[in-house]
Amino acid sequence: MKTYLPPRFVVDREDSRCIRCEVCVNQCTFDVHSYDAEDDEIRSHEENCVGCHRCVLFCPTRALTIRRNPLDYRENYNWRPEVIEDIIKQSETGGVLLTGMGSDRGYPIYWDHILLNASQVTNPSIDPLREPMELTTYLGQKPDRVEFGLEGLKTELAPQVKLELPIMFSALSYGAVSLNVQESLARAATEMGTLWNTGEGGLHPTLYKYGENTTVQVASGRFGVHPEYLDTARIVEIKIGQGAKPGIGGHLPGEKVSAEVARTRMIPKGTDALSPAPQHDIYSIEDLAQLVYALKEATNYTKPVAVKIAAVHNSAAIASGMVRAGADIIVLDGLRGATGAAPKIIRDNVGIPIELALASVDDRLRQDGIRNRASVVIAGGIRNSGYVAKAIALGADAVDIGTAALVALGCTLCQQCHTGKCAWGICTSDPWLTKRVNPDIGARRLANLLRGWSLELKDILGGMGINALESLRGNRLHLRGVGLTDTELQILGVRMAGS
Amino acid sequence: MEEVVTIDARGIFYRELNARLRQLASNGTRKIELQNVYGQRYIGTDLGRPIEIEIFGTPGNDLGAFMDGPKITVHGNAQDGCGNTMNNGQIVIHGHAGDILGLSARGGKIFVREDAGYRAAIHMKEYQGKRPVVVIGGTAQDFLGEYMAGGILILLGLNLKEEEGHKANFIGTGMHGGIIYLRGEVHEYQLGKEVTVAEPSENDYLTLKELVGEFAYHFGYDAEKILRDKFVKLFPLYLRPYGRLYAY
Repeated sequence: MKTYLPPRFVVDREDSRCIRCEVCVNQCTFDVHSYDAEDDEIRSHEENCVGCHRCVLFCPTRALTIRRNPLDYRENYNWRPEVIEDIIKQSETGGVLLTGMGSDRGYPIYWDHILLNASQVTNPSIDPLREPMELTTYLGQKPDRVEFGLEGLKTELAPQVKLELPIMFSALSYGAVSLNVQESLARAATEMGTLWNTGEGGLHPTLYKYGENTTVQVASGRFGVHPEYLDTARIVEIKIGQGAKPGIGGHLPGEKVSAEVARTRMIPKGTDALSPAPQHDIYSIEDLAQLVYALKEATNYTKPVAVKIAAVHNSAAIASGMVRAGADIIVLDGLRGATGAAPKIIRDNVGIPIELALASVDDRLRQDGIRNRASVVIAGGIRNSGYVAKAIALGADAVDIGTAALVALGCTLCQQCHTGKCAWGICTSDPWLTKRVNPDIGARRLANLLRGWSLELKDILGGMGINALESLRGNRLHLRGVGLTDTELQILGVRMAGS
Repeated sequence: MEEVVTIDARGIFYRELNARLRQLASNGTRKIELQNVYGQRYIGTDLGRPIEIEIFGTPGNDLGAFMDGPKITVHGNAQDGCGNTMNNGQIVIHGHAGDILGLSARGGKIFVREDAGYRAAIHMKEYQGKRPVVVIGGTAQDFLGEYMAGGILILLGLNLKEEEGHKANFIGTGMHGGIIYLRGEVHEYQLGKEVTVAEPSENDYLTLKELVGEFAYHFGYDAEKILRDKFVKLFPLYLRPYGRLYAY
């Protein structure tokens, strides 16, 4: 069938600069560039270009420019090119549109309508360069009250996880991302005193040594979940849902299940790894409690059990149930959370913004008098340290970053994760491509990012006259809203700027 | 250290009971007898060695969840989630089992003398030398072997009356690995659309002989008599049932 899809990008190759080195040919994983030896020319199959800019960055003579195809359809606000092209794709395949990364739709980003406070005159700001500034965060259940005896603390504390900064890496499973990516994350997390998350693809034997800085996931597929996996981890996380695809399971296609992925997931090579939409042993809060305590039993109550859900309409009530079910940490993943593969229609239409979910969950847990019984971690669209500070003030204990971490490793959000052909070697299991992420450099880039954000967080805190992140936590008086309706302000629990 | 320890579990909360089991297992106790078990959960979890546990009464949900090695015998019925994500070991139930028997199990063996509930052997897997086995002496409810990705599931129907067939529907829905053997007839409409039926081969009969033999040994049946009846073999049509679902 002839395709009616036009190329989305145009490749401009400045011939006077091109030295026929074929770097672009070798770097492109979507077969855009090819060398014609007879004519000594590099040719372009622009229809394959996904706009990942790998070739642009690696062209030694800067001969390449990738531009959006200027071919404009007749102006139509409703039927924009992407809408038309999605329909063409489906009419040519009859399938569910798959995509990667988080939603690129223009839903409101509330972080950008919330502003942070700073000290002026009446209370002094603090210079973080000269004074101690604490970002230390403890995750886990906190007691209702503490008792002290002569020997010190008498109250027996539930297991706590100490983070040097309130930023962890989101779940990125082996199989979706490469081992080099996971090693980069694990090493950066270890260096910076935080945690990375295995996702549900199991833990590769070479990464067991980072166990103290690892959250392991138990999801509906139960891939690679065995006693040693649970014992190695610092936190065990039950994954119920994911912001990019609430209510949807996952299919890691057989072609991505290489020998190594099969070994880690503990399934035969080349078979589909199906993660069913529900966990088959969880149909209620009581069932969730059963799995939470099964995992606590399996790890002899030595580590916190987290439960991760996608932010949906009734998250607050669900979160309340999760805490009562024994979750020590609840993780909320918002509308803009990313994925290695999801149906586009789900990614772009299901869930709610994380800001609103966080505010309502924190409120609800406070109203119920159980906020201390679980830490709240949020994920999904945290783009900079300002968002981290706002999230903490709205009530989060810590945040997870996924997309930001991948961008640090080279991701340009071309949204082709689901194809397994990632030219940046991130979201692929192809051994030829995974070499493109060097864990030495990857870990450096990620640790740099965390360091940068930490310094900025300390600046923000200092500006507010606060010297410990704990003092900002849940302190919404440090926030003001702009351009929001009364209802939005009310749900966020934030006052209008100027008031 | 005692070789065999008996515990009266009456009125003991599961957390306390399992802590005692953990302690006994780490002391090298060979066998534990649990009397008066009334619904205590997670028995056999986190013991990590081939200790024998004999249960008198009714163990609670998630019996042997994440289990790695112990051998459990239940003189009574098991409830839901028995063998959940089991890695290794054996569970022999002299009675019925509840729903999601052997959920996501990757290794070990489960023998049930009577019936099992809904979704038995759901998403059971296999990996290298590990091949989980579930043998059910009676019959089972709907969604038997749903999402099965590996392992062997045998349904014997020994308690069915003459001419009475298995009642389960949606057998093997989403199945993409492993094998189900059923004694007796099964109708096409009872099967999920991802499975197909075949006559067992000679190799299949060797497997059946071994596993039905073990079943018969545990519960005092005559294996040869069971094996004389007709068996059918169910297996997945595709290793990738959802491969053609997507547009790129």
